[in-house]
Amino acid sequence: MANSAWLSVQLAREFVRPTAQYFIENIFDDFVEMHGDRLFADDAAILGGIGLFDGVPVTVIGQEKGLDVNEKVRRNFGSAHPEGYRKSLRLMKQAEKFKRPVICIVDTQGAFCGVGAEERGIGEAIARNLLEMSRLRVPVLSVIIGEGGSGGALALAVSDKIAMLENSVYSILPPEGFANILWRDPSKAPEAAQFMRMTAREVCDMGIVDDVIPEPREGAKNDDDGKMAEEVKKYIALHLPKLMETPIDKLLKKRYKKIRAFGQEYIKE
Amino acid sequence: MGIFDRNKHSQKRRVYTSNQQIDIPIKNALVNVHTYQQRQETPNAAIPGNMFEKCPGCARAVFGEDLAENLHVCTYCGHHFRMPARERIAITADEGSFVELDGDLVGANPLEYPGYEEKLDGLRKKTGLSEAIVTGECVIGGNACVLAVMDGYFMMGSMGAAVGEKFTRAAERAAEKKLPLITFTVSGGARMQEGLISLMQMAKTSAVLTKMDEAGLLYLVVLTDATTGGVTASFAMLGDITLAEPNAIVGFAGKRVVEQTVKQTLPDNFQKSEFVYQKGFIDRIVERKEMKDVLVKLLKFHAGGDA
Repeated sequence: MANSAWLSVQLAREFVRPTAQYFIENIFDDFVEMHGDRLFADDAAILGGIGLFDGVPVTVIGQEKGLDVNEKVRRNFGSAHPEGYRKSLRLMKQAEKFKRPVICIVDTQGAFCGVGAEERGIGEAIARNLLEMSRLRVPVLSVIIGEGGSGGALALAVSDKIAMLENSVYSILPPEGFANILWRDPSKAPEAAQFMRMTAREVCDMGIVDDVIPEPREGAKNDDDGKMAEEVKKYIALHLPKLMETPIDKLLKKRYKKIRAFGQEYIKE
Repeated sequence: MGIFDRNKHSQKRRVYTSNQQIDIPIKNALVNVHTYQQRQETPNAAIPGNMFEKCPGCARAVFGEDLAENLHVCTYCGHHFRMPARERIAITADEGSFVELDGDLVGANPLEYPGYEEKLDGLRKKTGLSEAIVTGECVIGGNACVLAVMDGYFMMGSMGAAVGEKFTRAAERAAEKKLPLITFTVSGGARMQEGLISLMQMAKTSAVLTKMDEAGLLYLVVLTDATTGGVTASFAMLGDITLAEPNAIVGFAGKRVVEQTVKQTLPDNFQKSEFVYQKGFIDRIVERKEMKDVLVKLLKFHAGGDA
């Protein structure tokens, strides 16, 4: 059963879907990757470092699913452990110290649901990111490039500006999980996708993200000679200078106001 | 509220021997052996009709009145049953001091999920709550504070727009009036029926706690059974001080999800508060009967607001 939301889910998960490293290579110059959370380990599911955007140093943090099977396994398919979120927070605090803006690239089915993740406090790691990002004293811009799954995605998406690629999705959990929990039938994932309002357009209409970046008809592919990256670069070039010009206290007020308003239209008293 | 009078309870407390236990006419009693699903949503322990409760800890039938008198703690094995929010407030706040905030605040149905509003209406009638969290100002052992108590019998304590909003307002109230904020958590996580709106409540409830930081105010969390998912990954894990009840499930992913992911059976203590404590995420495990005393002590250390 074909519906456009399910099509987006499939495109967002395609093997040839551009991942964070495609965007980093094509958008930022002289990128230098940084590793480790200084507490436990380095998590390859989150790729972070410093690069130049139009000559300006920026911190880039993205969930990376990997390109081939070996890399996908090494990167845990982009599902981060607590050390991944703690690495990302470390890099954000570093960016704050050096007054570098932060660009986040979101692409994950969700935080990893494993024993080690629970033992090392995945909930605490995500929560801490949410709180600290809301008050990070540098501009934060996020782009959801594929799957924006649950708290694991949100932990890189508390930002001044958030965009989604046209065929990316953003949801409380993957449609299979939604169908399983609420309808006890994971095979109803396509219906769930349609029901959940998880496509870029729908999420943008809800006011949860600011913009949708158009993709080619057949969806973004990682062998397009950087064309998709060019669109994202244009988007960043349009918004980042404005964010950087805004006095930080004003920016933080605006960021907080936006977070504070989530769900407001559904409150009745 | 005599049943919460702890002196009275200690005088009246009955301890069954195994013989006495056999004497109880179980056949005639309504033994409430619930499934997992029912346990989430029925305020069983509070209903007088349920004469006996089967203890999930020791599997024995506990006399309902004894259970209520004993703060919903098993009289045999000390298992801490879930507790409705109102009863929790009654044993935590000084008598008559609790003034509820936003008691009429409710959410909507952003995904137009079929039957969601009817389900909420039904739960409202059954629980007497408008949503899965009750917030208010109160005094605890003479210390003014804001109290936010979740209720596991209302949609498993899940967080949608209304729960997120009520928690956020409670924190704003605390920051504004320079009061500490104490939160008792019990939650299945973000509420699925409200989709992404629920997820965004994680950002909102975490961000508002920066106001407590700025104002130099205590935010104290008490984790109770079960605290999971999006609530664990937001305000439940951001306390300056984090306490937990014994044997409470505290985790992010559900145990079954983790088992499916790693394809192994996990030990019984996995995600229990003792385990989470051992891993360094909880300051102290406190039995229910000691909880108020501990809260009062901690509140005294942090006096110094306007109150």
